[in-house]
Amino acid sequence: MTAAAVELVPHEAARTPRLVQHPTQTATPVIDVRRYAFWYGGTQALFDLTFTIPRRAVTALIGPSGCGKSTFLRSINRLNELIPGTRHTGDILLEGVSVFSRGMDAVALRREVGMVFQQPNPFPKSIFDNVAYGPRLNALAPERDMPERVERALRQAALWDEVKDRLEAPGTSLSGGQQQRLCIARALANEPEVLLMDEPCSALDPAATQRIEELLVELKQSYSIVIVTHNMQQASRVSDLTGFFYLGHLIEFGDTKQLFTRPADERTEAYITGRFG
Amino acid sequence: MTTLVGVLSFVAVLALAVILGYLVVKGASSLDWNFFVKNPVPAGQAGGGVANAIVGTVIIVGVAALIGLPIGIGTGLYLAEYGSGRFGWIVRFVADVLNGTPSIVVGIFAWTWLVRPMGHFSALAGSVALAVLMVPMIARTTEEMVRLVPHSLREAALALGYPRWRTSLRIVARTALAGILTSCLVGIARIAGETAPLLFTALGNLNFSSSILQPMQTLSLQVFTYGTGPFDEWHRLAWAAALVLMGLVLLLSLTARWALRSRHGAAR
Repeated sequence: MTAAAVELVPHEAARTPRLVQHPTQTATPVIDVRRYAFWYGGTQALFDLTFTIPRRAVTALIGPSGCGKSTFLRSINRLNELIPGTRHTGDILLEGVSVFSRGMDAVALRREVGMVFQQPNPFPKSIFDNVAYGPRLNALAPERDMPERVERALRQAALWDEVKDRLEAPGTSLSGGQQQRLCIARALANEPEVLLMDEPCSALDPAATQRIEELLVELKQSYSIVIVTHNMQQASRVSDLTGFFYLGHLIEFGDTKQLFTRPADERTEAYITGRFG
Repeated sequence: MTTLVGVLSFVAVLALAVILGYLVVKGASSLDWNFFVKNPVPAGQAGGGVANAIVGTVIIVGVAALIGLPIGIGTGLYLAEYGSGRFGWIVRFVADVLNGTPSIVVGIFAWTWLVRPMGHFSALAGSVALAVLMVPMIARTTEEMVRLVPHSLREAALALGYPRWRTSLRIVARTALAGILTSCLVGIARIAGETAPLLFTALGNLNFSSSILQPMQTLSLQVFTYGTGPFDEWHRLAWAAALVLMGLVLLLSLTARWALRSRHGAAR
């Protein structure tokens, strides 16, 4: 894991100089949300969000269903803009650059911001091809380096040992938990800066969930992770910071331990103690 | 009530059984090697085959598929992926109207716009007429097949940085490939038996021809000319040609079904 992380640095540096890691820069936020609001047609889903997401840490977003946490997540990589009739105000900055700016191409953005979905969704292709899809598209590596890159991504996703002898088997032949780790490997193969996870464990059994949670703790050494979850225990176990969304507002955002032990807002307290939600 | 609909379904199935059975009784005895490899002999003589019509059917339907399939598939893909707007609505409506247009109407247009300017009947004009009949059918079935592709796959590709058009082609179309192939086979089966538009365009030909700029025989035209002709020998060949045509369509339909089933098998 450490070896892989060290390898990544020169490559990342060559690709995007602004991502070079200086010790002090880890303190600067990777995502900076400024008065962001979002509408589906006439319905406002998000209200005036302002907060920052730290680098190389796990940030959890919790809240009852329909509170806007997934909508926010999908705003970061602009997946929402494919839905007709949506609009936004305010801004989301990735590495100091607005994701909505003219110069920011959605395709380039999604290369930097990987995403893992609620339902494991491997392509109907081999395990190898699933992982190689992103790098091939983005021409991140010549084909001869692909096996190495695929192996690295699968190792990072803690799936390598289980699939190394059957890389040509269809991705859909794996178990649910393995499929989800394959999807994580697929996202990591692009070597993104940020990894968005939209309830990645809600379709998995407890054992598979535990594996993914352990993985998150490892991955935050190299990636900035934003995870949406319904599971408050999960948020308290894996995250460094937690944001509580309610009815499209960010009610409270801060250190996970503090938010779960001494919440500042009574709605947060009501939610985490299970009085509603 | 159950008995009534049961009886009605039986009548529906019976129609196919009677037609197929009668075709076999009347046609099967004429199916020999000569029937498939020999060209027709002058009227009144015994023997001869319909090799010209078999080759003609393959050429005319093949060229029609070459023209119609890309347009139909492209339109279907467009409708499924981008067709939510007003233009999509118009395309869908036009396709539905065109789908219901009698084939003879399409034939008369092909005659007016292709046969008359060219000065003579040609297989190509026939192929164009068949392609026009094929496009709306292929477009609508392709659209349905593409819509069956789970939205999550689309999102997965988009989230990896795939541009939208490339997602449509590489992920969505490929996942729906078996379904699209099935709709192509059904479309081909449907036009293989068309006769009316070919009367104005390919015209038919009692001799062998492989030039698409010349009149050409097809099995359906053969059935029409021979079936309505005055000779017993012709009637015999017409029944046999009808049986072959029916068999061809049946084969295409069965292949389509098999392809669809293997697709569902692969999804599991």
